[in-house]
Amino acid sequence: MLEATGLKEIIKPENLTYRRSEVLVDNTLSYCPGCGHGTTHRILAELIEELGLQSQTIGISPVGCSVLLYHYLDVDIQQAAHGRAPALATAIKRLLPDKFVFTYQGDGDLAAIGTAETIHACNRGENILIIFVNNGIYGMTGGQMAPTTLIGMKSSTSPRGRDVKTMGNPLKMTDIVATLPGTYYVTRQSVHTPANVRKTKKAMRKAIEYQKLNKGTCFVEIVSNCPSGWRMTPVESNKWMEANMIPFYPLGDLKTPAE
Amino acid sequence: MAKIRGSIVVDVEKCKGCEVCMVSCPTGTIAMAKEVNSKGYFYAYPANPELCIGCASCAIVCPDGVITVYKTKI
Repeated sequence: MLEATGLKEIIKPENLTYRRSEVLVDNTLSYCPGCGHGTTHRILAELIEELGLQSQTIGISPVGCSVLLYHYLDVDIQQAAHGRAPALATAIKRLLPDKFVFTYQGDGDLAAIGTAETIHACNRGENILIIFVNNGIYGMTGGQMAPTTLIGMKSSTSPRGRDVKTMGNPLKMTDIVATLPGTYYVTRQSVHTPANVRKTKKAMRKAIEYQKLNKGTCFVEIVSNCPSGWRMTPVESNKWMEANMIPFYPLGDLKTPAE
Repeated sequence: MAKIRGSIVVDVEKCKGCEVCMVSCPTGTIAMAKEVNSKGYFYAYPANPELCIGCASCAIVCPDGVITVYKTKI
């Protein structure tokens, strides 16, 4: 392995502070440089490793950029038809109630074609974890407008910016599912700074633990960037996200269990 | 007072040069290399290794998980 190393005298096994999780397969991720999907995969892999769930996890990968989830996480993964991940997760969780079941979906999958499945799974209170990565665009197919695209935001199918009159308003899926009685824990996080990564990890850990207690649907939205779709460098896209996405999709818990 | 020193190891071939680690490093340890890896990306490397405090901020924001962090008290 070709490496760029810092001070060699500190590099000893006993000084190890952080390493790539072993649940994350030793493949180069196919995502674009700086994409929030990679960070989210890593957090998920770390939690599965730390909580010792590797042999008990079944994930559902969506259609979209993250369809290749099964190439990167060393756990059982089933790929669902477009938008149908919560329906598939429902079946798996009901048949195998001891497993930890999660779906991993983007905004095109969860908030567009899979709206019905998402809302009904959350309303039934299926005991699954839904991870929703929202970057406001269809990344894989070339940056088309998604339901979550911001007003005035440019995409390849809204080159002059999203116009409310003809294209409607952005959809706040997380706010909608927070109002449903079946959801137990609903939160919105991001992964663009170290502090936000730590918060996201904490939120996802909570969600996994609630599933062990059979509490109902946990829904974690991750506001992410799409440097390629937004036509920006990764660092610029993170700044743009902070200035535009986060004011519209404010971070924090939307529904917390009554203690 | 004991001083905390850190050191990072970057897996050069997996780095995609997104620079997210560079901007999140609180001490300015990381910079982008002038050479490219086999994929053509300017990879991240510890340009000022003596400044590293082993906080792992770079590693936890790295989308590709290419950074390993070591930390010790001297």
